[in-house]
Amino acid sequence: MTEIIFLFSTTLMYSTPLIFTALGGVLSEKSGVINIGLEGMMTLGAFAASWAAITTGNPWLGFLAGGFAGLFLATIHALASIQFKGNQVVSGVAINSLGLGLAIFFCRIFFEGASMTPPLDLEKKIPSFMNQYATVYIAFLFTFLIWFIFNKTVLGLRIISAGEHPKAAGAAGIKVSFYRYVGVLSSGFLAGLGGASLSLAIVSNFRPTLISGQGFIALAAMIFGKWNPVGTMCACLFFGFSQALVVYIGGFENIQISSQLLAILPYLLTLIILVGFMKKTTAPSSLGQ
Amino acid sequence: MRKFLISILSIILSFLVGALVLKISGISPLEAYSVMWDGAFSQPNYLSYIIIRSTPLVLTGLSVAFAFRTGLFNIGSEGQFIIGALSAAYFGMIFHFSPWIQIPLVMTLAALIAGIYGGISGYLKARFGVHEVLSTIMLNWVALYLSNFAVFLEGFRRPDMETTEYIHNNSSITLLSDWKVSDLGIEWLNAHPFWQSFLRPPVNAGIFIALLAVLIVWIILNKTTFGFKLKAVGFNPVASEYAGINTKLKITQSMMIAGALSGLAGATHVMGVSKNIAVLATHEGYGFDGIAVSLIGSNHPVGVLFSGFFLGALKYSGQKIQSSLEAPSEVIGIMIGAIILFVAIPKIFDFLGKKA
Repeated sequence: MTEIIFLFSTTLMYSTPLIFTALGGVLSEKSGVINIGLEGMMTLGAFAASWAAITTGNPWLGFLAGGFAGLFLATIHALASIQFKGNQVVSGVAINSLGLGLAIFFCRIFFEGASMTPPLDLEKKIPSFMNQYATVYIAFLFTFLIWFIFNKTVLGLRIISAGEHPKAAGAAGIKVSFYRYVGVLSSGFLAGLGGASLSLAIVSNFRPTLISGQGFIALAAMIFGKWNPVGTMCACLFFGFSQALVVYIGGFENIQISSQLLAILPYLLTLIILVGFMKKTTAPSSLGQ
Repeated sequence: MRKFLISILSIILSFLVGALVLKISGISPLEAYSVMWDGAFSQPNYLSYIIIRSTPLVLTGLSVAFAFRTGLFNIGSEGQFIIGALSAAYFGMIFHFSPWIQIPLVMTLAALIAGIYGGISGYLKARFGVHEVLSTIMLNWVALYLSNFAVFLEGFRRPDMETTEYIHNNSSITLLSDWKVSDLGIEWLNAHPFWQSFLRPPVNAGIFIALLAVLIVWIILNKTTFGFKLKAVGFNPVASEYAGINTKLKITQSMMIAGALSGLAGATHVMGVSKNIAVLATHEGYGFDGIAVSLIGSNHPVGVLFSGFFLGALKYSGQKIQSSLEAPSEVIGIMIGAIILFVAIPKIFDFLGKKA
């Protein structure tokens, strides 16, 4: 029983940053803009959150700072993709490079040359309720919120129309680029929160290897979840579970599986899922155009 | 010509971005850039360090450029590099042939295995429609952990170290290492101060392999029917299929060649510089820098050669601001990101005139 509880709560913990970030992916791609820069936005968000929490002593200010750091990078991506109609994939690669570079650069500036931030004191971390960090609940709240926006509001419909058929939307008087800005900017904010939920809750500092591809796993979760907020959340829970399994199996002393081999698992699962689900793809029709 | 101008302007703009970031952090950009300039060109041995540094970048840049020219985005160069390095470290250690057999054999095997690894992404795209950007990103991480797993294998691992055993001497492509310490060599070098400085770093033959690869890629893309078909599939897969080209096979082949080039980069790095591989905490960036190299070089083999040297110089000289000014060398990563960004939005350079 305790093992099931352990697996369950570890799954929730590891899913949280993925849920925030993948929801961001949904918002951006539903509006028609590919965002492979999520990884970089998470990285900068994780650093900014850690820095702000250390300087102000308040984890929630740190959490917000993470969101705004992601938003900052998203602004660049939005300008490149929407304003200048650039190559969205290449711009995303640039964002990843900028995010990691800026995070470590300012880390060294603020923390006397160190590439990681000092560990947060317990009271500066995100508080927990019922053995789960508050960010876990917020992630589920956001899932509902975004599901609500897409299914019950005009704003959601307009974002979708910008991604499905921008010309028709434009003819109907909808400002396509405005809704794309909304999509991309909110995706950056969410990815930043995702990074922050790592550096303020799951671990208690920022380090260059903190994100290690989670932005890309979030992207895969979005595809697996068919660009649907609830489906995406489920996919994130699945990836979170595979990470929890790695921790769980790693804890056994009589099972000798290399931790390095186990670490491959989430990435391999992603690949297998992509192979299995890509045929029935339901991507927004004007994605990337 | 327009593309060349865009690259140059992107580079200039990225230096401005770098200056801005440095200025905000209270570091004088002029001072930093002059340290970098001196750190790159003031001594002959700096030049040879830049060549050593540029060799893998030219090859990974070529890998990304080759894929780009055939309509594919190879973000997997990083993982293919790791697989190439791992293969070279392994076969370079276990084989004991004469150098004339050993070196080509180890390199071919490394390129082949990395080629197959790259080909996986091509096959997944052709057969299952999995976008190569996603599959290569996942395979980058698979390669990293696979390599880390292999480093710890008994017989491969250097006892009590987080590295592997060194490769056999006959696998080394380091040049003149014995001659430099021989009496004759010391005497000659003392009489020729330029060469003494230039040859002080562990120069290796990798750069000649990179040059050869540039030539071969140029020939494939521009002078062969095979290359023509690859490019045709990139331009318009439907029309190519109709014209009787096996597009699925071509996509796989294209990624295989791209993978082989990145694998070769890993092999030259192991055989010429590191001589073994170590546990990686995260990606080293040779492949990601290859994306920048390819974009700056307008995806042209010769352009890649020059942009590879440029990026090599930037990365090498960037380290020096850390030691002498205590300015974080990550400013280089920021500048590289900025270059990629500016190249992605050619529209900002429209004042140069529409496509000439």
